[in-house]
Amino acid sequence: MSTANSVAPRQSVWQFILSELKPKGPIFTPFNIISVPTILAGLVIVVWRFAFGLGSVTNLTQDYPWGIWIGFDVMTGVAFAGGAYIITFTVYIMRAGKYKSLVRATVLNGFLSYLFYAGALFLDLGRPWHIINPIIGNSFGYNSILFLVSWHFMLYMMAEALEFSPVVAEWLGLERAKKILHKLTLGTVIFGVVLSTLHQSGLGALYLFCKPKLHPLWYTEFLPVLFLVSSVFAGLSMIIFEGTLSHRVFKTQIDPKKHHTFDDIVFGLSKGAAVAMYVYLFVKFVIFIHGQHWHFITTGWGWLYILEVGGLVLLPCALYTHGYRQRRIGMVRLAAILTLLGIMFNRLNISVIAFNWQLPTRYYPSIGEIVVTLMVIFTEIWVFRWVVYRMPVLRETTEGNRK
Amino acid sequence: MDRRKFLALAGAATAAPLVSKTAQATEITEDNPEFFGVLVDTTRCIGCRQCEVACAEANDLPVPDIKNDNALDAERTTATDQWTVVNRYETDEGEIFAKKQCMHCGQPACAAACLTNAMEKTETGPVTWDGGKCMGCRYCMLSCPFNIPKFEYESINPKIQKCIMCSERLEEGGMPACVEACPADALMFGKKQELMQIARVRIYSHPDTYVRHIYGEHEVGGTSWLYLSSVPFEQLGFRTDLGTLTYPDYTREFLYAVPLVFLLGPPLLYGLHHLAGRDGDENTEGGHS
Repeated sequence: MSTANSVAPRQSVWQFILSELKPKGPIFTPFNIISVPTILAGLVIVVWRFAFGLGSVTNLTQDYPWGIWIGFDVMTGVAFAGGAYIITFTVYIMRAGKYKSLVRATVLNGFLSYLFYAGALFLDLGRPWHIINPIIGNSFGYNSILFLVSWHFMLYMMAEALEFSPVVAEWLGLERAKKILHKLTLGTVIFGVVLSTLHQSGLGALYLFCKPKLHPLWYTEFLPVLFLVSSVFAGLSMIIFEGTLSHRVFKTQIDPKKHHTFDDIVFGLSKGAAVAMYVYLFVKFVIFIHGQHWHFITTGWGWLYILEVGGLVLLPCALYTHGYRQRRIGMVRLAAILTLLGIMFNRLNISVIAFNWQLPTRYYPSIGEIVVTLMVIFTEIWVFRWVVYRMPVLRETTEGNRK
Repeated sequence: MDRRKFLALAGAATAAPLVSKTAQATEITEDNPEFFGVLVDTTRCIGCRQCEVACAEANDLPVPDIKNDNALDAERTTATDQWTVVNRYETDEGEIFAKKQCMHCGQPACAAACLTNAMEKTETGPVTWDGGKCMGCRYCMLSCPFNIPKFEYESINPKIQKCIMCSERLEEGGMPACVEACPADALMFGKKQELMQIARVRIYSHPDTYVRHIYGEHEVGGTSWLYLSSVPFEQLGFRTDLGTLTYPDYTREFLYAVPLVFLLGPPLLYGLHHLAGRDGDENTEGGHS
């Protein structure tokens, strides 16, 4: 194993990290050409936002206090990051060794998603210098769902960091630390899964207070259940989507033999996603019938609802089912993309589109909000790529020869 | 009881809990909402907007030019620099004015939503905001069924702005500035239960004048501010579909489940881990031996 220690035993950790900071791989790729200007523009907007206030860059109003920085970055980003708790549950609790190879990339992706998407919350806070208040305990709002969610974000980020830490230790050649950190894995996984079930559902519970504002087709007291169940198939679809991309982009990092078994893994994930979607559709169906919402179906809102539930849940669910039974990898990939779009659409419907449905005024995100959101996504991908090229995330630990 | 007598009594009642702290503790509990409020009789309001002026003067807000601004022509909402507004409504009974401000709910959504306890229902009645705690997440705005908290989007040190029922004046034994300024007896300050009795008496003694609905008696579990009207409240821009459940009730079950999941989740997962056996990949053992 070619760790820093074995390559250059006397090289200091800082020298090693400095050398690792240099870019690896081609510089002028289409992704870099698009992402670098976007990130720079986003940074300017962030500076602008802190210099002149939220109103100077966002389209938020008194009626729409939460825009896409919450509705997309946090609500959707956290659902997409659900894969980490599903996979660690499958591998460490249910001991399904088949999915072991997914753990590192998924946990890394989960951790970075929380760090960046939930971190984007900081930009949205009007008085961010008080972010410490609910943590240090001078003002605990115990009865607030948001209190629960913010604590869980913080604790879960720590749990994910711990779950990923053996990889970092391995990269730095700290064998003893790696062994110790590895011993913590089962504990942090259990803790992480419990935290995830509560804050994935907690994000839905935030909207329990919005009964007078959210359209009846979306408002239900089962919002926490729907958010939790949908985070299962959102997370699994994200693993399929991200894994498929990774296998192309980071080809050199992956043992060629693994390319073949990856399809097998994807079919397993598809089955899991399809089952979760059946559960979700069943709950949705019961809520719809129970709520007597038939008369809304013929309105414009009804069409949005049908598009979301029919086109972006039922259809990908069918594609997943057919795909894994017939072993059609293309169909499964299409299903993953449709599912991710469906989750995005659902979270935006609840937080932005069907919110304030009775008001004549509508909210559309400003260019600044969109650019900052893209900045967050691109930065996450940059960090993900940086880590994958350096640490044993995708490649086999034992043959981790660094270029 | 005429108004003057009532006010004297109310003033004494305001001062009483300040004198004796122990009496206050036993008297005002969550189950016994003995807080102060205001009764708004929209049949008496003449739309003079003196309350808006008094509010602005008492709270250091820009004083509206009520003679020239023609603000009654359109329905307004409260704003960061205007905590109360009077609106004119065309109703079945003709032109009726209704003053709008924070309702000071008995168990407010904003306080239940706030993760730093910056929004607080004080024991005397006002719902207040503490800038030293607030982190500006604006979940109170999302939660408030009356859309009352307003946020200063253009400021780098933004505050949540809303009517605080002149809480400082109340602590000194006074009453809200708007009530004091009302020349038409449309506003009455007092303890909520006493105001409820007065409101009922008015409805019973003038059944042809009032609709049989005291807005705020049951809405979202009851509010400190109460309204009387001669027309159904929808015609005065009030939402009547808010239900009678208090806001903490919407999330109570979820919050009760949290300690349960924390208590039962880990042993369940640990048990599953053992139940799943070890004939899978040895590497999935994690740290457990």
